[in-house]
Amino acid sequence: MIIKSLDPRIDRAALDDESKVGELSGNEHFQTYEVFQQVKRGTHHQHVGNVHAPNAEMAMLFAKEQYCRRGAAVNLWVVKTADVFVTEYQDADIFETTEDKLYRDPNSYKVMDRINAFKARTSKV
Amino acid sequence: MYGNAYIENDGNKVNSILADEDPIKLAEFEARIAAGDKIEPKDWMPKEYRKQLVRMIEQHAHSEIIGSLPEGTWITRAPGFRRKLALMAKVQDEVGHAQLLYSAAETLGKSREDMTNDLINGKSKYSNVFNYPAPTWADSAVIAWLIDAGAIVNQLANSKGSYGPYCRALDRICAEESFHLKYGHDNVVFLATGTPVQRAMVQEALNRWWEPIMHFFGPPDKASQHSEILMRWKVKMGSNDSMRQTFLNMYVPKIWDLGLTLPDPNLRKNEETGQWEYTEPNWETFKQVINGNGPCNKERLAVRRMAEENGRWVRKALMSKTDQYVTPLA
Repeated sequence: MIIKSLDPRIDRAALDDESKVGELSGNEHFQTYEVFQQVKRGTHHQHVGNVHAPNAEMAMLFAKEQYCRRGAAVNLWVVKTADVFVTEYQDADIFETTEDKLYRDPNSYKVMDRINAFKARTSKV
Repeated sequence: MYGNAYIENDGNKVNSILADEDPIKLAEFEARIAAGDKIEPKDWMPKEYRKQLVRMIEQHAHSEIIGSLPEGTWITRAPGFRRKLALMAKVQDEVGHAQLLYSAAETLGKSREDMTNDLINGKSKYSNVFNYPAPTWADSAVIAWLIDAGAIVNQLANSKGSYGPYCRALDRICAEESFHLKYGHDNVVFLATGTPVQRAMVQEALNRWWEPIMHFFGPPDKASQHSEILMRWKVKMGSNDSMRQTFLNMYVPKIWDLGLTLPDPNLRKNEETGQWEYTEPNWETFKQVINGNGPCNKERLAVRRMAEENGRWVRKALMSKTDQYVTPLA
């Protein structure tokens, strides 16, 4: 049956409610690109999400529409998801020792005790 | 715009759901969630967690895209240039929300094409309210104010859930929805403080939309072990009734404040319990509509079919044979 709608545009399209058109085949909506946005000069680009697109130019177009609709942005990067090399969450232990390496941390260097002791010692002489 | 997920509770299945899972991994997974940590796409997760999240995020995505249809109808007829621009922006936001949500669902392993096919073949659900028409401008105002308000109640709760990609999408979505809410409120207030004809128009729209709004959060949950598990996994963030209460508490006073009425003589806040009392909407109607027999179900799906069909030649022209789809990262 032809669908009757309040919307004259839909009426004009004379859509058949039995129709089976529109089904998608695999990958018809393209590959994805990861989107990185810089909100202000001088700051890092930040990952904000992804878009489906057939090429980088269109990915950029969609990324602008999708992620820069409001607020500031000065720059965008898009990168094919397939080209991003990632670590696995289950391998998160590779980062564990970082926190143990306190000799890399400025706060692990405490010299004042030594300086004060030295001063106390030398001033007595 | 989305109400609570329509999760089927099946108490009998619960034991078999968990029996298949590795008890050590399950314990680690549950401990992570209990500690307030998020689950990310490639983490181990119980099959039921994945299944329910895909279903929920997908329903949410479909709701955004189908929800833009009744409102989109009004773009060409919105009174005044500013309202046309604002409505266009809102509709475009909703379609953008669908994109964000489809991406989040894709990280769980279901392709965008499969989700669209399940939608147009009637296998996946979407929010029931969008199966109703918007016959007047006031209807579009009531949708933008109150349906979006209901959606925000739900989405704010869900943004505290356990699945990282869904939470991130919802954070972006909630920020944009606050414009929709203000825009809708502005339109309703304009009509409600206008001429008697305008007031009557918005009152009629409110009367029409009250039952769909009460349906929006879904039927009262039956207490079951299944829903207990989904709550523990932070998939379901509140009962349908508690979401409905939050909504009533926030918006009924604002509606009454405008001198408008709601078509339920029993609607009142019980000051002792702090709970709203109301007449249960007809849940049989809800069931009928969600299963395809609402006034606009066929139209909504036919329009989606048309959109995919009419866009196909463009997509085919742009497709590259060498491109390979991989699951989005986050």
